[in-house]
Amino acid sequence: MSETGEKPLVEMRDISIAFGGIKAVDDVSVDLRPGEVVGLLGHNGAGKSTLIKILSGAYKPDGGEIYVNGEKADISTPRDAKRYGIETIYQTLALADNIDAAGNIFLGREVLTPYGTLDDATMEAETRKVMARLNPHFRRFKEPVKALSGGQRQSVAIARAIYFNARVLIMDEPTAALGPQETQQVADLVLQLKKEGIGIFLISHDIHDVFGLADRVSVMKNGKLVGSASVTDVTQDEVLGMIILGKCPPGATPGPGAS
Amino acid sequence: MTAPTVPAALKSSRASEGSLLSKLEIDVRMLGMLGALAVIWIGFDLLSGGVFLTPRNLWNLSVQTASIAIMSTGMVLIIVTRNIDLSVGAILGVVGMIIGVVQVQWLPSWLGFNHWLTAPIAVLVAVTVGGLIGLFQGWMIAYLAIPSFIVTLGGLLVWRGAAWWVTAGQTIAPMDTRFKAFGGGVEGALGASATWIIAAVACGLIVIGLGLSRRRRVRFGFPLRPRWADAVIAAFACGAVLGAATIANAYPLPAGIARRWAEENGIPWPEGGLFIPHGVALPVVIAMVVALLMTFLARRLRFGRYVFAIGGNPEAAELSGINTRWALMKVFGLMGVLCGISACISTARLNAATNSAGALDELYVIAAAVIGGTSLAGGVGTIAGAVVGALVMQSLQSGMVLLGVDTPLQNIVVGAVLVVAVWLDSLYRRRIK
Repeated sequence: MSETGEKPLVEMRDISIAFGGIKAVDDVSVDLRPGEVVGLLGHNGAGKSTLIKILSGAYKPDGGEIYVNGEKADISTPRDAKRYGIETIYQTLALADNIDAAGNIFLGREVLTPYGTLDDATMEAETRKVMARLNPHFRRFKEPVKALSGGQRQSVAIARAIYFNARVLIMDEPTAALGPQETQQVADLVLQLKKEGIGIFLISHDIHDVFGLADRVSVMKNGKLVGSASVTDVTQDEVLGMIILGKCPPGATPGPGAS
Repeated sequence: MTAPTVPAALKSSRASEGSLLSKLEIDVRMLGMLGALAVIWIGFDLLSGGVFLTPRNLWNLSVQTASIAIMSTGMVLIIVTRNIDLSVGAILGVVGMIIGVVQVQWLPSWLGFNHWLTAPIAVLVAVTVGGLIGLFQGWMIAYLAIPSFIVTLGGLLVWRGAAWWVTAGQTIAPMDTRFKAFGGGVEGALGASATWIIAAVACGLIVIGLGLSRRRRVRFGFPLRPRWADAVIAAFACGAVLGAATIANAYPLPAGIARRWAEENGIPWPEGGLFIPHGVALPVVIAMVVALLMTFLARRLRFGRYVFAIGGNPEAAELSGINTRWALMKVFGLMGVLCGISACISTARLNAATNSAGALDELYVIAAAVIGGTSLAGGVGTIAGAVVGALVMQSLQSGMVLLGVDTPLQNIVVGAVLVVAVWLDSLYRRRIK
């Protein structure tokens, strides 16, 4: 499966988690290399979001291990994940609506003055820089993010993830709330970040979204991994078969969930 | 050709209208509240035949407001995090009883009566006990995930009962002489010179603060307020401070006390009596310092940012790596500390520790915060708003006392005002959207 001898940036091995007896994620293994985009596909409720929430530290797995750069990583809080350079753009965006863009981008990692107070001026100046790159028309720096449009809120969430030199980026349904033009912007950004050597997990239930951007896909169904494949080895129809029927085509490596 | 120019002209005039307020960067809500306060004050003054707006009444009003105002600054943070604290009045009660026992029964046996350390130790005990009670309740709310409504409803009963338990219901009096200064009154009136010095320092801080904020904006090339706008704000703020100082200094000590003071200081008693100004009261200074510190904490410190983020979106705060539980526990601990400070003020003002001190205070404190624009949905609120809210509540109450309105009717009016104020506020917010 591995084309090079490169160590995976992130490897999740045999991850399981259960909520009240229901196994949301059951023995799933996925990996990600530098500069690679891996699409994580499956129906709503297949366990994709739960799996990546384990990687981002929001949930603690019941079983399994996470390796970052080949070394075992101990991730039990979002803060731990960020320390390993794992940043997440959540489906809900996870923005504090009553705070402005700078406040959200630096939330939990505020820049302080030598006196220990918030250095709002520096944070706003940095926000202006990073937003100029992502969304050049963005002007509403002083307003709470509640007042922003869907696309603007999305760019704030993306800015928060990429500002701190992420090595692994998790994007959960990044284009679900966006129009065609903004969707294209996100796609361009994914390709640009990929060029910078960042590994990206792209979670989506829309196979067309993923096929254009991903190098590999991993498909989940009912909490189990159906299989993983390079996008060059399988057709879109075959992947659709994996998603809907759990049927693993010959071009893919089957997982425990393959029927 | 003319048709398109008309809307353009309209638009530009509207833009400049909006820009006057936005250039001054003044909170329209706050302006509305100060307007309402002015209406209440002038209304009561007319109805009472000019008694309300006298230095004497305003001085008393400021002292009466201090205790509620101090607690309301903490309540803002609690409500901002989508919680509530119903136990503040009961915490005030039990802390008041404990410091009463400490300074009347314990300390005199070690230090002797009227020792200078008695008052500082009493304050330290009040702040510590209040803080520990708050932290304990916060721990149950944050780490055991019991709803704050329940924990503090239980706390209301528990601490009120504990207040009775301290002395089996006995009232303790009188308080230490120096301690009585915390209650205002003659002992706590700081006098004319101190008042002018405090006012001058406050004006200096206002000017320096505006200057610093201007310099920071210049350094980062952010949009600047026009120079005249800064000047107008500075003039208004300093004018308000100096006006308040003038009023406090226009209220003389009663003749008997002034005479005693003159005798103690070897000043001959003149024919027409001596005009010795009260000056600002110590509890009022404490309340203002608390309000400033709390504003600083809410706006300039990381802790304050976390409090607002938790209120805006608890899940997002958690996912950002904020230790939301510890932050929540600290918010309740802070509330307890403020209850301790208020306990000192109300015990000293009454010159007695009674187990019913602070009864119903929780409702006035919550009302002050809510009238001051704190949203019960969380995430929104200002310290300054809560202090003005406390002043509105207290103005209504003491104005009606002045007019001789019966207590039941007073409660009806205050209750109705609370509901109407929140209704108007929600209308305003909806229009802003």
